[in-house]
Amino acid sequence: MAIFVDSETRLVVQGITGRDGSFHTRQMMEYGTRVVAGVTPGKGGQIFEGPAGERVPVFNSVDRAVEETGANTSVVYVPPAFAASAIMEAAEAGVQLIVGITEGIPVLDMTRAGAFVEDHGVRLIGPNCPGLITAGQAKVGIIPGHIVSPGPVGVVSRSGTLTYEAVAQLTDAGIGQSTCVGIGGDPIIGTSFVDCLRAFSEDQGTEAVVLIGEIGGTDEQEAARYVSERMTKPVVGFVAGQTAPPGRRMGHAGAIISRSSGTAEEKMRAFRENGVAVARRPIDIVGLIREALGL
Amino acid sequence: MNLHEYQAREIFRSAGIPVPSGRVAETAEEAEAHARELGGTVVVKAQVHSGGRGKAGGVKLASSPDEARSHAEAILGMSIRGLEVRKVLVTPAEDIASESYVGLVLSRSARAPMFIVSDQGGMDIEEVAASDPKAVRRLRVDPRYGLLQHQTYWLANVLYEEPGLIKQGARVIAQLYQAFVRSGASLAEINPLITTPSGEVKAIDAKVSIDDNELFRQPELAGYRDLSDDWAEDRAREAGLSYVKLDGEVGCCVNGAGLAMATMDLVKYHGGEPANFLDIGGSSSPDKVVSALEIITSEPKVRSILFNIFGGITRCDDVALGIVEATRRIEIEPPMVIRLTGTNEKEAVEILADAGITAGTSMDEAVERAVALAAAS
Repeated sequence: MAIFVDSETRLVVQGITGRDGSFHTRQMMEYGTRVVAGVTPGKGGQIFEGPAGERVPVFNSVDRAVEETGANTSVVYVPPAFAASAIMEAAEAGVQLIVGITEGIPVLDMTRAGAFVEDHGVRLIGPNCPGLITAGQAKVGIIPGHIVSPGPVGVVSRSGTLTYEAVAQLTDAGIGQSTCVGIGGDPIIGTSFVDCLRAFSEDQGTEAVVLIGEIGGTDEQEAARYVSERMTKPVVGFVAGQTAPPGRRMGHAGAIISRSSGTAEEKMRAFRENGVAVARRPIDIVGLIREALGL
Repeated sequence: MNLHEYQAREIFRSAGIPVPSGRVAETAEEAEAHARELGGTVVVKAQVHSGGRGKAGGVKLASSPDEARSHAEAILGMSIRGLEVRKVLVTPAEDIASESYVGLVLSRSARAPMFIVSDQGGMDIEEVAASDPKAVRRLRVDPRYGLLQHQTYWLANVLYEEPGLIKQGARVIAQLYQAFVRSGASLAEINPLITTPSGEVKAIDAKVSIDDNELFRQPELAGYRDLSDDWAEDRAREAGLSYVKLDGEVGCCVNGAGLAMATMDLVKYHGGEPANFLDIGGSSSPDKVVSALEIITSEPKVRSILFNIFGGITRCDDVALGIVEATRRIEIEPPMVIRLTGTNEKEAVEILADAGITAGTSMDEAVERAVALAAAS
């Protein structure tokens, strides 16, 4: 069992002929993901060759790719200047899930893209995220496949490499994962911690969740509240940036809006007060998950 | 990227917002000359990327060019929240009838630009927000439609009761929104927006932060960036590294911001202090690693150097090649502890072994060792 992606995922890769896009398309195919189409404007009609000689058709637009191949999920490796537009194009073309890998998209672009995606009822993960992987079924994005193993732990994180660290430690300890989701570190992202917790709650294959946050914003606090109000499955939390120096702040508007400094301490307190087991070090995650699963 | 007040004023002025003229001075003599040209009473204001300038003594009234000169002398070179003042703005003093606050910020939680306004402007707007929440009103700007005309009036009505002022206020609010969008800002703030006894609305302070992700399409704004005092910070920016200097003795070189922060946390957990935050980013070439080591070794307090690499997009062999190359090009005195795992880990271990360098795969062990080495030297 899994959330968001599985063996039914039919993936279209936006930016498939680019440097990152082509490299990671091969990696995703090697993992077993069904990549059914690619999109690069102006390169429609070309064929992208997979690692085992698979022939993936390239289209000029996402709607053609969806029409011809039945793609239901898109992953975006398009450069920052065009990425928000690529996300909106995918939403309009009728995929159910869009995963934005691109780093450095202007935040104002994302306010519009975020609203557009919402209006079309499409789920967006990211941007500026490593994507997600359902152990043994499908990988959409850039999470290294070899560190993941199938099992009962859902992982959701704002970070990239720190997620790999946690997942690898779980796998090394013989504890597998259902789905690992990197939701991204940008100010405006599609899918939140709470969205993922809700999905893990409903997923029969997930028995416990690891939630990896970092400083800034209030997503972790909202996640903590959701855990105490709605979750029955145990959650283990970690927050990176416990020793980060406070940034020099300019202006007042941000502080007035959030009424929070977004420190690691504040987030860890919110975790503790709401029944999330707090790992002080990444290595402590494994022990707490063991306890949570009664192993 | 934070802008100075005088830069933010240029952005406001080009959007049509009424901003009194001002001139920038880098010496007390220049400040005196500006005051003479402007005539009358002037304000001398420290130009530094920090709030609380007034409270720190960085904003002074001067009723003569001589006085402007002596204020500038005192302010230039002073330190405000650890930042040295290198420029002052000289601007005519305005007669103030009322002060209000207008801020516009990209809000994470609203997922949109959000206006924050209050008829109680001045220095302590955060205090006003805390003690009298009703005095501060907010308005989310729906990114689907942008700022609508009736909303500019709704906001201006919070600030003023007199129709003439409401009209001027609404215009300033619309212009602020345009300036915000056009310059790709994450924050634009006028505090205070004043009215004069003769009934004019004017912005007498300006704060703007630009979203760094917008700089590729705003090349003229990139020229606003100060060269910092710090050679290492400038060097890091050139090399595409994300670097923050800290005060400790364990130099850190990590891929990914989250892992870099977790590494710093772990250094502290084991009783050490990180010397820096350094994220070499995703696709790291050997050159980036060489630059990273140049930067870390330029800091004399560093007693040990810790690499923590979890290869995904980053290839461990690239990092290893960079480390070996750096040992050839520069003298690295502090001992290095290298942890790498993930993509092309085997190749990396071989490259390092050929150069007589050992590497481990456990994050905790590596951090403990780096802390111990720093303490022992």
